[in-house]
Amino acid sequence: MDKLLVGVSPHIRATCSTRTIMRDVVIALMPALIAAILLYGWRALLLTAVSAVACVLCEYLWEKLLHRPVTIGDLSAVVTGVLLALNVPVSMPIWQLVIGDMAAILLAKMLFGGLGCNFMNPALVGRIVLTFSFASNITDFSYPDKVADALSSATPLGVMDGLDWSYFPDLFLGVHGGVMGETCVLALLLGGIYLVARKVIKPTIPLCYMGSVALFSWLFGGAQPLLSIFAGGVMLGSIFMATDYVTSPFTNRGKAIFGIGCGLITAAIRVFGNYAEGVTFSILLMNLLVPYINDLTQTKPLGGAVEK
Amino acid sequence: MSIRLLPGVRVPHRKHTADCQPVRMPAPATVKIPMSMNIGKPAVPVVKAGDTVKVGQLIAEAGGPVSSPVYASVSGTVKKAEEALLFHGGVCSVVVIESDGEQTVSEDVAPPEVTDFASFISAVRQSGVVGLGGAGFPTAVKLNVDPEKVEFICVNGAECEPYITADTRTMLDDAELLLDGFRLLQTYFPKAQLIIGIENNKPACIRRLKEVTQGLDRLEVRTLPSLYPQGGEKVLIHNTTGRIVPEGKLPIDVGCIVINTSTLKTIANYIKTGMPLVEKYVTVDGSAIANPQNVIVPIGASVQDVVDFTGGFKKEPRKIILGGPMMGVAIPGTTESVVKGTGAILCFAEEDAALPEPTACIRCGRCIDACPLKLMPVELHNAYERRDAPALQKLKLNLCMECGCCAFGCPAKIRLVESHKLAKAFLNNYLKEQAAAAERKAAKQAEKEAQTNG
Repeated sequence: MDKLLVGVSPHIRATCSTRTIMRDVVIALMPALIAAILLYGWRALLLTAVSAVACVLCEYLWEKLLHRPVTIGDLSAVVTGVLLALNVPVSMPIWQLVIGDMAAILLAKMLFGGLGCNFMNPALVGRIVLTFSFASNITDFSYPDKVADALSSATPLGVMDGLDWSYFPDLFLGVHGGVMGETCVLALLLGGIYLVARKVIKPTIPLCYMGSVALFSWLFGGAQPLLSIFAGGVMLGSIFMATDYVTSPFTNRGKAIFGIGCGLITAAIRVFGNYAEGVTFSILLMNLLVPYINDLTQTKPLGGAVEK
Repeated sequence: MSIRLLPGVRVPHRKHTADCQPVRMPAPATVKIPMSMNIGKPAVPVVKAGDTVKVGQLIAEAGGPVSSPVYASVSGTVKKAEEALLFHGGVCSVVVIESDGEQTVSEDVAPPEVTDFASFISAVRQSGVVGLGGAGFPTAVKLNVDPEKVEFICVNGAECEPYITADTRTMLDDAELLLDGFRLLQTYFPKAQLIIGIENNKPACIRRLKEVTQGLDRLEVRTLPSLYPQGGEKVLIHNTTGRIVPEGKLPIDVGCIVINTSTLKTIANYIKTGMPLVEKYVTVDGSAIANPQNVIVPIGASVQDVVDFTGGFKKEPRKIILGGPMMGVAIPGTTESVVKGTGAILCFAEEDAALPEPTACIRCGRCIDACPLKLMPVELHNAYERRDAPALQKLKLNLCMECGCCAFGCPAKIRLVESHKLAKAFLNNYLKEQAAAAERKAAKQAEKEAQTNG
């Protein structure tokens, strides 16, 4: 009776926590993982599991080493691991993937202070490191079952000009070469709808991103708008990478600018550039602009007097 | 006219006591009535130790224009008027009355004569009423404006805090008194449209008030969404009238007055019977309470007395809150008094008492989406962490009403309201220092000039 807790209101809290949010993201990635297993075989599951474990282990060891509180319970490292795995082709050697995981967790996240302090999406940093280190492996897009199809060995992006609507079902279901998680549009859409329904993300960034990719690809290179969204990493990137809280703007207006910017850069790189990394680079570049976008898109307080 | 509602959060309702008609508790052995139960100056005691007092007898006069008189809530003997430390850290004098258990009503209790606006305001002042929604602003001061300027009177029946059902019971059980109140307001504010705002989780209240106000012109019972904090002054004004109270202005500057249902009922009751504010409907609830219910509590009764009356604790209490869980104050012991603004006593057992530990901000922006005043709580928090006074000013820290939406919804469980309160203190200090520095500089300049001139 003599020990009552006192503290500042509010005295109740919503049940949603960082952990439940990250858990929802992992759940939302499951359709894409299942699609990857169906399309590319069990090695997809093996890579994903190894990558998730490697990320969690990296974070755990780093925090133990530095005598910091261990934060692996928030599941954010699992999200990074799964995302990075879905961003490599199924033929990626495991040791290389683990190097990517280390780059993602240690270089992009822990060195900057851990969750919430990183200014670039960790999984994408991991992917960039892999791209520069093992370029031939990360673009090895062989598709196991098909031999002589336009989509079998090259990604749809590589053969964009030769594509017509007959490839649409294959594109939508992901029956072609590519990194494990990006090809099945259906699975990614399911995950995206789940995230929006659970109010984990707002649809602003994905919609603005997809819209602007379609528009600018058509403007710059005359690409068929729907195909430019379905091909390559736009689906995976716009739903799961560009919406990362830490590295995207706060307000809806900010998110719209961010999404449109990502789409513009993606289209520009695809049409004018040499790299196949349009999505990765565009999101990372826009990540760097987030502080400025946040400054420009502050909310207007209700009844707030205008600064002299 | 369609109004785009302000944001907020969906809090759990937990209105377990909505069906519990308030039960009057017997007078406790002693009541301790603090003189500071309102915003503004504390009341000044007019009784001394040894005086006999009866229920409704004046024991303290208003201590200034912005103050409110206090009346005896029990009959008995004044033991002492002592200085005491209140739970919020302030010291104020407290009148202690030993009850004789008789509850004899004072001869002074007689309906006041109300004939015009001035006598109405005077009656409101004499009733001892302050904002019973918790703000504690003397109601007479709020109502004492040019009646021609009042276009809307928003009657606050939102009761948006979880658990509390005191206003719910007021609306259900005292609807006739409230009707008297509506009529009074319409008489003395001839241009005002009355809007009674009630959250849609109280359909019985909406029905009841629609029933009693049928046929009344210039009055509307408005159903509000159950979106905390509908009962916040600025939020209620905006969501019922579409008007925005600008920074540094009062509701009356945009032609609005907000009055709580319990406040209005007390005024109507005083004008009808002459009984001033001496008791309150208090919701007693929480996981540590054996029998959650609504109690009619004499002002000054201790939390312990009230809880004992309801049947005591069923579990060891670990946190006791005066008010609702979103904005109420956690008190350090059960000796605290129920005051004019107390609407609830919530006693939480261990499992609800401790708050989760804060973790790293993941910059999700939920606090920004939740803020009814469209502030940026996370940016305010960061600005305070780096002690950046200009940024705090630019982000309009002063507008924060500490409703708790941001902290409630934060997935990282960051104590944003705590941070904002600390930031306000920090900013106040900073501004004072700035003013002092400017003054010193001006004095030095004047001295210099005097020297050169001399």
